[in-house]
Amino acid sequence: MATALTKQPAVTVDAAPHAARLEHVSKSFGRPGAETHVLDDISIDVAPGEFVCLLGASGCGKSTLLNLVAGLDRPTAGGIETPGGRPALMFQEHALFPWLTAGRNIELALRMRGVPRAERRPEAERLLELVRLRGAYGKRVHELSGGMRQRVALARALAQDSQLLLMDEPFAALDAITRDVLHEELTRIWAETRLSVLFVTHNVREAVRLAQRVVLLSSRPGRIAREWTVDIPQPRRIEDSAVAELSVEITEHLRGEIRRHGQH
Amino acid sequence: MASTETKAHTAHTGDLAGLEAGLDALETRSTTRVPVARVLLQKAVPPLVAIALVLVVWQLAYHYEVKPHYQLPSPAEVARALQDKWLDGTLLGYVWTSLSRGALGFVASVAIGTPLGLLVARVRVVRAAIGPILSGLQSLPSVAWVPASIIWFGLSDATIYCVVLLGAVPSIANGLVAGVDQIPPLFLRAGRTIGATGVHAVRHVLLPAALPGYLAGLKQGWAFSWRSLMAAELIATSPDLGVGLGQLLEQGRELSDMPSVLAAILLILVVGIGIELLVFAPLERTVLRSRGLLVRS
Repeated sequence: MATALTKQPAVTVDAAPHAARLEHVSKSFGRPGAETHVLDDISIDVAPGEFVCLLGASGCGKSTLLNLVAGLDRPTAGGIETPGGRPALMFQEHALFPWLTAGRNIELALRMRGVPRAERRPEAERLLELVRLRGAYGKRVHELSGGMRQRVALARALAQDSQLLLMDEPFAALDAITRDVLHEELTRIWAETRLSVLFVTHNVREAVRLAQRVVLLSSRPGRIAREWTVDIPQPRRIEDSAVAELSVEITEHLRGEIRRHGQH
Repeated sequence: MASTETKAHTAHTGDLAGLEAGLDALETRSTTRVPVARVLLQKAVPPLVAIALVLVVWQLAYHYEVKPHYQLPSPAEVARALQDKWLDGTLLGYVWTSLSRGALGFVASVAIGTPLGLLVARVRVVRAAIGPILSGLQSLPSVAWVPASIIWFGLSDATIYCVVLLGAVPSIANGLVAGVDQIPPLFLRAGRTIGATGVHAVRHVLLPAALPGYLAGLKQGWAFSWRSLMAAELIATSPDLGVGLGQLLEQGRELSDMPSVLAAILLILVVGIGIELLVFAPLERTVLRSRGLLVRS
C-alpha cells in the first residue's frame, strides 16, 4: 500500500476533479432488521485545495463519516473515492506514540510511506519547522504541551503526503487561546501546502473561522441539512463580525435540527 | 474598512510565531533533578532500618531462647556459616550453579512465552482454547510439577528446567497478553492511518505499546523461575546434579545444621532481590519514565 502510494504519479492527483467524492453514502450498525442508521445518503465533493467543515450536534455521525473516508470502515451503501491515495487523519487526541520522540513519530509515518532512511530525518525536521516546532525533534510526547502535541500530530499527518487531510475535532480538547493560535497555524499551513481538508467539528464559530464551505449535518441519522459557502476573506479571526454574523445564522439552523429531536 | 482590517490581520499573523513560542514556553514544564544524596537518603535508609530492626528482634529472640539454640541460631552464627562457605571457596559455586540454571531457564521461558503470549493475545481461537489454562497454570504451585518431572526425566538437569519452564512460561505469556490488552485502541487506529498494517503494525505499534505490561510479565516470570528452581533443587538432589542453593538447603536439613539452612535461605533471598533490583527495576523505570508514565517523587 505504502509503495503503491509513492509510485502513483502526481499528475493523476492534480488531474482529479475532486480530492474526495462521497456518493450516496449510508452507514448502519447492528444486525439487519434491528440496525441503527448512523449516516443516510450523504453526498459531498471536496475539491482539490478546498477546506470543508462538517458541522453537527452529537449523534450526527461525524466521526463515523471520517472513518469511512479514511478507509478504517466500509459504508453500508454508496461509494467513496479518494483519488489522492490514503487520506491522512488527525484525531481529537494527538494519538502520538509515547515510546517515540516527536521526530521519530513523524519518521515512522515517512517510513510507512516508503521514504528511504537517509531522507527521513531531514524531512521530519522540515515538517517540524512547518508547524514551528524546530527544537522538538528529540522531545518525548509527555514533555510537550497539548498544543504542541497537536502540531506534532499535524506534522505526522502531513508526513503521509496525502492530498486529503481529515481532521476529527482536532482542537476540541485545547484551551481557547491555544485553539485560536492553532486555527491561524492551520490556515497558514493549508494555504502553503494546498491540501484539501475535511474538518469535523461541533463548534460553529470554528467552522466559519476555518472553512470555505460549511456542511450542516442533521442527527440520527446523519443527513446533509444545509450548506453554506463562506466567502469571508482569509486571514479571518474568530472574533470578526462577519464570522459572528454567519455563525449566528448557522447556529439557528443547528438549533432547529436539535429541536426536532425533542419533539418526538 | 476591509483593507484596514486586513492590515491589522497581517500584523497579527506576523506575530504568530512569537505568540506560539510564548505559549509553548508557558506550557512546558521544566523538570528538575532531585539530588543523588537525597534520593539515597529517601530510598536506601528505610529498608536498612527495617533490616536492622529484624536483626534486633532476631537477636532478642535468641537471647531469651524462644527456641533452643540449635533450632534458632543467632545472626552471628549464620554469618559465620556464610563466612565458612566463603572461606572454603564453595559459596560462589552454590550461587553460580543456581543462578546460571535460573538464567538459562528464564531465557528459554522468554523464548517460548513471548510468541505464545502474542498468539493468545491476537488470535481469538487460541485465546479461547488456552487462555484460561494459561492463567490457571499461574496459580498452580510449580513444586507440584516436580514429582511428574522426576518420573519423566529422572534426576537430571532436564527435570529442573522442565519445572522452571512450567513455572515461568505462563506468567511471561500472561504478562504479554495483559500488555496487549491494555493498548489504547486509538494507537492501533493511528497506526493504521499512517499505513502500519500486518507485520508493521505488530513491530511498530503492538509490541512497543505492550512493552510496559510485557516487562511486568518478565519480572514476574523471573520470580517464578527462581521459585520453581528452588523447589526443583530442593527435591531433585543427586550427586550428578551439582550443588545449588536448593540442594544446600536440603543438605543443611539432613545434617540439622540450622545456621547453614538459614544461610541458604538468606542467599536465595539476596539473589532473588538482587536480580530484581539490578536488572528489572532499572529496566522498568527507564521504559516508564521515557513514556512519562512515572512521576518522579
